[in-house]
Amino acid sequence: MTGIGDLQAIYDVVVVGAGPAGMAAATVTANAGFSTLVLDENAGVGGQVWRAIETTPVMARPVLGPDYWAGQDVVRAFRESGAQHLAGATVWSLDANREIGVSVGGEARLISARRVILATGALERPFPVPGWTMPGVMTIGAAQTVLKASGLYPSGATVLVGCGPLLWLYAFQALQVGAQIQAILDTTDAGQRRQAVKHAMPFLRSPYLGKGLKLMAHVRRKIRVVDNVTDVAIEGTDRAASVVYRRGGATAADRLMADTVLLHQGVVPNVNLAMAAGVAHTWDDAQLCFKPNLDAYGGTNVTGIAIAGDGAGIAGAEAALERGRLAGLAAATALGADPHRLPDEKAVRRSLQRYEAPRAFLDTLYRPAKAFRIPQGETIACRCEEVKAKDVTATVEIGPEGPNQMKSFLRCGMGPCQGRLCGLTVTELIAEQRGVPPGEVGYYRLRPPVKPVSLAEIASLEKSEAAVKAVVRS
Amino acid sequence: MFARVHDAPVRSVRVTVDGRLVEAKLGDSVAAVLLAEGVSPTRVSAVSGTPRAPYCMMGVCFECLVTIDGVGNRQGCLIPVREGMAIETQQARREAGR
Repeated sequence: MTGIGDLQAIYDVVVVGAGPAGMAAATVTANAGFSTLVLDENAGVGGQVWRAIETTPVMARPVLGPDYWAGQDVVRAFRESGAQHLAGATVWSLDANREIGVSVGGEARLISARRVILATGALERPFPVPGWTMPGVMTIGAAQTVLKASGLYPSGATVLVGCGPLLWLYAFQALQVGAQIQAILDTTDAGQRRQAVKHAMPFLRSPYLGKGLKLMAHVRRKIRVVDNVTDVAIEGTDRAASVVYRRGGATAADRLMADTVLLHQGVVPNVNLAMAAGVAHTWDDAQLCFKPNLDAYGGTNVTGIAIAGDGAGIAGAEAALERGRLAGLAAATALGADPHRLPDEKAVRRSLQRYEAPRAFLDTLYRPAKAFRIPQGETIACRCEEVKAKDVTATVEIGPEGPNQMKSFLRCGMGPCQGRLCGLTVTELIAEQRGVPPGEVGYYRLRPPVKPVSLAEIASLEKSEAAVKAVVRS
Repeated sequence: MFARVHDAPVRSVRVTVDGRLVEAKLGDSVAAVLLAEGVSPTRVSAVSGTPRAPYCMMGVCFECLVTIDGVGNRQGCLIPVREGMAIETQQARREAGR
């Protein structure tokens, strides 16, 4: 499928997102004989974890590693299943009737689905520190994306800041291609290290242990790692020039010169499309984010809409595959599939359990410190509208109890990113100031269009007779 | 500052960045080309005019907004380069008419 003109009006199953969960779900429903369409806004399949897997210029396989190349088998099965894939397709609306608004190259269509599976994955948690809006500052995920897709690596003095598995994986990959990493400023909370021990057993038994230790040991041999970093600020005029940091307990700050500063403190579900479709979410205190309320197959409160992958709560690529299979299985079953054409549910659940069990350890160990989630003073919370942390806290004092009222005062969350980069920060800032749990404060009310769409695109949509009658006076 | 791994022969694509001819690689997104070329800032913010550059590279932060072939506010990280593409950074605080 190459263009928007190839789209049918209705599909049995529409999957949004062509990462591990989306491909796995679509493979199941297409193999069961249902017309299946996968929409994804990127140029190719793979999602973030297997980005550019069919086109990457990084040919030396050890650089991106076996977990990356494992995606090839998933892509092959997906291609063979007969599921249709439309690349460069931005889904900007989804409603409770499973009508989907999608744009490709400036042209829009409305299509329908009997079942919808949202596999929109995760995004990196905001990292609001002084100077984080400057050129030269990116997320570690962003640096990894340009490595996978274009073979680009930071060539000047580079400093990695934060915590979590992706930080170590990227450091390992960047070393192999010759990046000059001056230091890793590890913000892992010392208290969390002790807490995590309680959850160590499932992790010790998991496939993550061996890989993780090997990776970290290699990186620690090659790069200076500063542990227990409790304060970080990025300095510069037109772009990042240095990082100032403080270690726990130290009164004096240290400074590192850096052309490129890469930030990361874990990932959180990408909730925009699901919330706009009316899917109920609940605050999860272990993962410090809003997660959709799901049944055992990823089904939501909205009939016919399921969520699979990291959008259902962070569990990584391998778990995303199994969650995708479960959502696909449930969709196919609801559509009347022959059970013999479906994967063995028990095997899928066994595998899922294997990859979900170690999460409690990782979530606890890498729970981002409060200082890096709840900024203070002049630090920008909302990058689009340039709303400072102190503006949010001061405004709480004059009345607004949640992020939606806060918009009327400050416009936070009303810029082009639609709250993606400030939603959790603003919720937690308000919760902290009010002294209530973030779940009580809630999240931005999200509405379609969840991605920008031009008036020309909307005007070009085919209109039903009922829609025309609704606005034309006769 | 970004450099490229010298791994695979990838076809070149010629584009312009603010009128300057630039050699990109097939498979690059517009934002990746801007990083590879050291273009900084790639826009200034709409509120106070502060310098910005690509931040997330996955379509969520909208920091990489650029003008592509005359159409403003496109997400550079989601759009693959094409031969002859005209990329412009958004340097004015407000650009009426776009």
